[in-house]
Amino acid sequence: MIDSWVKAAFRASEAFFGNALGGLGDWALFSMSTFRWLLLRRPYARTVAPVMVTVGYQSAGVVIITGFFIGMVLAVHSYSQFKKFGFVTWSGSLINASVIRELGPVLAATMLAGRVGSSMAAEMATMRVSEQIDALACLGANPIHYLVVPRLLACILMIPLLTLMADLGGVFGAALICVEVYGVEAHDYWRHSRDFVRMFDLFAGMIKPVVFGGLIALIACHRGFRSKAGAEGVGRAATEAFVLAFVAILVADFFLALILNKLGDVWAQIGR
Amino acid sequence: MSTAADALVTFEEVSVRFGRQEVLRNISLQIRRGETVVIIGESGCGKTVTLKLIVGLLRPTAGRVTFDGRVLTDLREHELARERLRIGFLFQGAALFDSLTVFDNVAFGMRAIGLAENLIAHRVRQHLREVGLSDAVEPKMPAELSGGMRKRVGLARALALQPELMLYDEPTTGLDPVMSDVINELIIQARARSPMTSVVVTHDMHTVRRVADRVIMLYPLARLRGNEQQIIFQGTPQELARCSDPRVRSFVEGDARGHGEWALEASGSEESPTEMPSAVREMSQYRSPNERRVGD
Repeated sequence: MIDSWVKAAFRASEAFFGNALGGLGDWALFSMSTFRWLLLRRPYARTVAPVMVTVGYQSAGVVIITGFFIGMVLAVHSYSQFKKFGFVTWSGSLINASVIRELGPVLAATMLAGRVGSSMAAEMATMRVSEQIDALACLGANPIHYLVVPRLLACILMIPLLTLMADLGGVFGAALICVEVYGVEAHDYWRHSRDFVRMFDLFAGMIKPVVFGGLIALIACHRGFRSKAGAEGVGRAATEAFVLAFVAILVADFFLALILNKLGDVWAQIGR
Repeated sequence: MSTAADALVTFEEVSVRFGRQEVLRNISLQIRRGETVVIIGESGCGKTVTLKLIVGLLRPTAGRVTFDGRVLTDLREHELARERLRIGFLFQGAALFDSLTVFDNVAFGMRAIGLAENLIAHRVRQHLREVGLSDAVEPKMPAELSGGMRKRVGLARALALQPELMLYDEPTTGLDPVMSDVINELIIQARARSPMTSVVVTHDMHTVRRVADRVIMLYPLARLRGNEQQIIFQGTPQELARCSDPRVRSFVEGDARGHGEWALEASGSEESPTEMPSAVREMSQYRSPNERRVGD
């Protein structure tokens, strides 16, 4: 009996990892094809602008709110700890460095993976199920060039700008709590922030959204293109797009943190 | 007598498998220039897969599909894209682009090949009129159209590039009888306006009788016995009406009693219709008739 359980568990894990590796390989080929089309031919003029409006303009409000509340929550938690050690005027330095370097990019990307990624995946999946993607191919357009390249461009260009908005929201939300609510001296709050937050932090905080934006677009479009038939297939594509994009953001964030930390040290050395 | 040179599309021992599911097995057929071939068969027998193989949307697991003498799987991406512009495809649900107006849908292919906008506007209007739609529908979105209007816009879009080969995937499914006949009439008129080869996939026997030069019937693989061929009939509509194969008769006459008996036999069920035990015993000795071919 135990033998049959072990065999069943082995077969299940073999199927799971086999499917996962196969899916990763398929996604890699899909992404390579997308970058090839991005470099080979400019996208259709009528497709890029509407997607940029959807990704950028229509997400701005929710991203600013996200950043604002992140900053406020960070301020609440940080202030109590800094107060124990008598360094309340330094709270801005930690909060703003965290928001600009890490929390702003990651949480804004997570919000957009849900809002933009799920919506893209559902749209692509609906087009797949209703044979619109096949129709594109029959009418002389390459579906990846027509659908995926504009979305990749829109995410790469718009998500860094949205992250900047999230960062501003976070900085001002934190300042609101620290200065206006807890009464931290504003001059000292901003002076320590200026001294502690480096240009490289801002640079690193803008590199991450470019990578995250690319991952969101490629994963969402891939899930949509590979959708199974029916409403269940569309729903599953939207869910998988968010979950996989979220995991990819976390993994990419880890590796980017390693690389950017090293780069930051080199930058600091050069600066001296 | 037809020759290979007359054939616009050929299937040579084509098989298609999706994972473990085999859909087509060793299909060989030719579609000659200028003829209208109607492919019929029960749901799941591979009719739509056959159409998608012709236009290169699917690749065969085995065998070759050729279009105008060129093997589709040998073509590079840009060559396949060029060949596809010679083929028009009316999808089952019309597959109109939801985010574009009717005008932009019909103009899509013409814009893809770089025609001038004023010429595009003229041709969009012309093709919409040919399918019985007025200029008033041009600014509408697909969601605002009825099923029949969507099919007609889809037809206009497919015909806009003046294809040599038209593929119709269940063009009358979901439409009322009058609108179905409108679509049949449009298929006939499109063929009359310019020399065109057509392949129509349908369940609608009225469409078969109205538009077909030749009929091919496919049978689901799961219900075939041994090495039986998947194409169980090829011939004219008149020959189809006279065919004595019970499977063909069952489909043509829409007789579900025939369908139920075959399902019982194929599944090896021990149950049998108590009112017809002799018929069940006869079915156990059934041998399929030879495949009928059109006399050339």
